[in-house]
Amino acid sequence: MQLVLFLIFAVLCVAGALNLLFQRHPINSALSLVVVMMSLAVIYWTLGAEFLAAAQVIVYAGAVMVLFVFVVMLLNAGEEERTTGSRAAYIAGIPGVAAILALLTYMFMHERAALGYATLGGSLNHTTSNITEISRVLFTELLLPFEVTSILILVAILGAVVLARKEQ
Amino acid sequence: MNHLTPFQTYFLITLLKLVVVLVLTLTAVAYTVLLERKVLGRIQNRWGPSRVGPFGLLQPLADGIKLFLKEDLMPLAVERPLFVLAPVIALGCALISIAVVPFGALTTVKGVDIFQVSDINIGLLVVLGITSIGVYGIALSGWSSNNKYSLLGSLRATAQMISYELALGLSLVGCVMRSQSLRLRDIVDSQSAHGMRSWNVIGGLQIVGFFIYLMAAYAETNRAPFDLPEAESELVAGYHTEYSSMKFAMFFMAEYANMITVACVATLLFFGGASSPFGHLIPDFGGAIVQAVLPIFWFVFKVLCFLFLYIWVRGTLPRFRYDQLMSFGWKFLLPLAMANILVTALVLAIHG
Amino acid sequence: MVPIAYYLILAAVLFCIGIGSFLIKRNIITIFMSIELMLNAVNLTFVAFAHQWKLVHGQIFVFFVMVVAAAEAAVGLAIIIAIFRARQTLNVDQINLMKN
Repeated sequence: MQLVLFLIFAVLCVAGALNLLFQRHPINSALSLVVVMMSLAVIYWTLGAEFLAAAQVIVYAGAVMVLFVFVVMLLNAGEEERTTGSRAAYIAGIPGVAAILALLTYMFMHERAALGYATLGGSLNHTTSNITEISRVLFTELLLPFEVTSILILVAILGAVVLARKEQ
Repeated sequence: MNHLTPFQTYFLITLLKLVVVLVLTLTAVAYTVLLERKVLGRIQNRWGPSRVGPFGLLQPLADGIKLFLKEDLMPLAVERPLFVLAPVIALGCALISIAVVPFGALTTVKGVDIFQVSDINIGLLVVLGITSIGVYGIALSGWSSNNKYSLLGSLRATAQMISYELALGLSLVGCVMRSQSLRLRDIVDSQSAHGMRSWNVIGGLQIVGFFIYLMAAYAETNRAPFDLPEAESELVAGYHTEYSSMKFAMFFMAEYANMITVACVATLLFFGGASSPFGHLIPDFGGAIVQAVLPIFWFVFKVLCFLFLYIWVRGTLPRFRYDQLMSFGWKFLLPLAMANILVTALVLAIHG
Repeated sequence: MVPIAYYLILAAVLFCIGIGSFLIKRNIITIFMSIELMLNAVNLTFVAFAHQWKLVHGQIFVFFVMVVAAAEAAVGLAIIIAIFRARQTLNVDQINLMKN
């Protein structure tokens, strides 16, 4: 059951990511990224991270990607022009990426037994829900990082407003 | 049904439930349109639709047939795949969120809860998430139409919806803190103890949160007085200018389905969902069937009140200007929602 | 029962596609999107490991990554808008004022 779910959404993820790579119009790329994010949300759910699944949909798919689509629409960015691009990217980049992928895959398959198995719905302590657990840790142990990120967000908002404002 | 395994029984009942809920929602959408036309007519001192069937009751059917039979135009310069996809996203997202709404009291038949499609422990977040995905339908429709009015309408709609989503989400936090759960069933149960007195909007002192929710919800669904994305005096018809026939009908249905969803969420979070407003003042009467149907009656009644309020507001208030809309959302609703959260948290902390 | 390794491999594949499109794409918005794809791939490994160790700390880390990604997207898109205003292009090959 979980394997079927995993396979369906893993295939969707990879297809979306490849579509991001091959589409030439930014809006199509953005939409394929949305597909990747939604499928990842389902995968999070099967791993027992319900809160993250919801946050993934609300924050990433619902806010960040909408912002991307909005900017593409606003700037009326057309199809990507084909330029030669940097030679180094093709010569060193692609083989490098392939090497990293091969190495990681080999490592994970090799250590497969040691890494263990995932069970549907997660194996966190089920007497408390995932959200209760997260909020308990977040607001007790990790309160300082949480507050720091809120300041980061504030700075980012101010920065965005200053950068995007038309000069007088 | 003895020869079925428990899984098959579960599967069949769930499928049946899905079909019934879908059909009922679509019918409700059609009749909400009729309700709107009737009530608007009365507000404007005219009759509204009255020719098709008794009191115009068959008007939605006539509208449906008309929209089906119209020519499905496909303008030449549109971005074809996205142009077709956009109304599907809009309608799909509008209909999916109804799946987590509990319509009645917990009633199980053969181990399946028959009055709720799926009871998820993050039901409220699911509703918010699906609402935020619905933005894509509008954004893409405007962009793919290759029409400046459509593009302007969809830019307005997108900016408006992401701005008001914040206020919408924050206005619900007070209720979530009171019930300490995101499961919609738990939120309803936490308000059902003493009838009207334990509703969040009255007993929970969430009246401020409710007003924020109400205004943010009008903006989220692009309804008057925040219907700038389709302001017909400025933008022809906004993002669905280029759409015709069934594709237009899908946008139209999505708008009304969103209205129903928003009304359902307001009922669940602030008005005690399917619980009776009289609590235990009225002794239980009738058999088990009556007791199972009565909560549904209350739920539908509350949702209808909201829909009526929606239409009333549309018939009464003038449209906002765009800068007013944005400053209202960011400078008034958002700080107010945060203050509401702080006060609610303080009160809860003091009272324990 | 799915081996955790499968989730990690999926994350690795997504990450590598992200690097690939980061290198190949010429549109600055798409490049930015490939960064988001890589962040998502890393998030998946965090969630998978959180599941394996039965701790929520991994999930909270993902939460922080999301927050930072949202902040980054806001600032990054503002920069893109500023660049477009100044240079009327989104092609990274033509944004070479600092070169030479």
